Amino acid sequence: MNNWIAFTTIFTKEVRRFTRIWPQTLLPPAITTSLYFLIFGTLIGQRIGKIYDATYMEFIVPGVILMSVISHSYANVVSSFYSTKFQKHIEELLVSPIPNWVILAGYVSGGIARGLMVGSVVAGISLFFTDIFPQNLGLALFVALMTSTLFALAGFINAVFADSFDAISIIPNFILTPLSYLGGVFYSVSMLPEIWQKISLLNPILYMINAFRYGLIGVSDVNIQMAFIMTSGFIVVLIIFSLFLLHKGVGIKN
Amino acid sequence: MKALSIRNLQKTYKGGIQALKGIDLDVAEGDFFALLGPNGAGKSTTIGIVCSLVTKTKGTVKIFDADLDKNCGCAKSYIGLVPQEINFNQFETVQDILLNQAGYYGIPRKQARKNAEKCLKQMQLWGKRNIVSRRLSGGMKRRVMIARALVHNPRLLILDEPTAGVDIEIRRSMWQLMREVNAGGTTIILTTHYLEEAENLCRNIAIINHGRIVENSRMSSLLARLNVDYFVMDLARPVSNAPEIPGFVIELEGDSLLNVAVPKEQGLNQLFQELTERDIQVSSLKNKSNRLEQLFLDLINQDQSQNA
Repeated sequence: MNNWIAFTTIFTKEVRRFTRIWPQTLLPPAITTSLYFLIFGTLIGQRIGKIYDATYMEFIVPGVILMSVISHSYANVVSSFYSTKFQKHIEELLVSPIPNWVILAGYVSGGIARGLMVGSVVAGISLFFTDIFPQNLGLALFVALMTSTLFALAGFINAVFADSFDAISIIPNFILTPLSYLGGVFYSVSMLPEIWQKISLLNPILYMINAFRYGLIGVSDVNIQMAFIMTSGFIVVLIIFSLFLLHKGVGIKN
Repeated sequence: MKALSIRNLQKTYKGGIQALKGIDLDVAEGDFFALLGPNGAGKSTTIGIVCSLVTKTKGTVKIFDADLDKNCGCAKSYIGLVPQEINFNQFETVQDILLNQAGYYGIPRKQARKNAEKCLKQMQLWGKRNIVSRRLSGGMKRRVMIARALVHNPRLLILDEPTAGVDIEIRRSMWQLMREVNAGGTTIILTTHYLEEAENLCRNIAIINHGRIVENSRMSSLLARLNVDYFVMDLARPVSNAPEIPGFVIELEGDSLLNVAVPKEQGLNQLFQELTERDIQVSSLKNKSNRLEQLFLDLINQDQSQNA
């Protein structure tokens, strides 16, 4: 059994899926983030002034990019894997000799690909509004990669447990989006009252956004090492949990 | 070598429903094997476990000596499954469905293209290879599933009611395809509700009921046990009552059609002689149902009365 061929088959299928329906997957974030940059960055941002010596537009660009990466990595895997279950072609994978880790790697890589592609589109659009020269491009890319991996895994777990299309929209709408907005996309947590600063530190997305912001414009509200430790830890835990679910056949086998 | 060997297979679903109560089953390499049973008997559960779609509660499954628990990848690589329901991605083209399937089995793309071409031509779908599969007719979708199951050259092909809902012409052409596949050396296990299909295609048979195997033998020896044949006779002239002939059970349907149960020891000659004596002219004669159907019903009823 050639696992590499099996992996590339799943990965290619996933990439072809989201690029084939690009008006649903790649175009909407381009429009939404253009509006963010126009309204928050250009119109409102001029009245806010600088944060950490960065203009408001420069400050929000990393957060908006990473927010897109998070939501699209998650959305790709949760919708694709749930559809695979719903239409029963998950059976093609279950009957075949593909190891569980290859199935997981294939779907998660598809989610990472969409997350990073959408992130690139949003980053490209941001250049129409501001000139950002990345302070540490390697770091920024690594944070984006880790973040998309983490949320692609989370999307996979959501899809495994989901038993309806409603169940795949609950977490993005009621958990992911609020945590992203409260993760310091549009503001620095240092601007919050002390109690809210402490509460914000419980939000894992805050660490990822600030690590990414540090890579792009060199400023952060949090300790970067802590951001890496936290993200890596979550990734390891979610990989183990995902493989456990696949091994047990939770949500996919009788 | 045995293509499939099942020992003490048990499955209890959540809620306590015991679908399989300890099944033992062997299928020889190269066989065309029928697994029959009424709805809910445990056929699909058995196939689901063999194909890793259902988690077993207890027992062992070996496919060409590869244990499904200990050597899962190897065991799975031998199997091709044609499921009851359409389960391919209906937004993909016919060719992509086969190429992806080959990829899942680790077959390089170049070889996968060759295999896909061969299978699609065999299933008379080559001209439809670039069509998005949801646009195909029901019969074509069934054939896509067979082509998909064959693309990695499985040694064991499992057909779970492959002709359900297709018209008789397509069914007959699919029978021919299945015969060709089996003649090529692929072992086939068939489940079907069309017992005529099993009788025509299969050499060995197992009947499952209430999670137990109630019959497992050669088709020919099973059919030899049938001691009554059922015939329908069209009469040349209408009659008012069913004739009473000792040794035969005769029912009148309408005024010119007789349903007759003919015991094997009696034979048709005697029946015709008796009918001629009564001035009843028969214009045509046919089997009321296929022979296996009657045996199947007898075995199931016998099992149910024993369990009652």
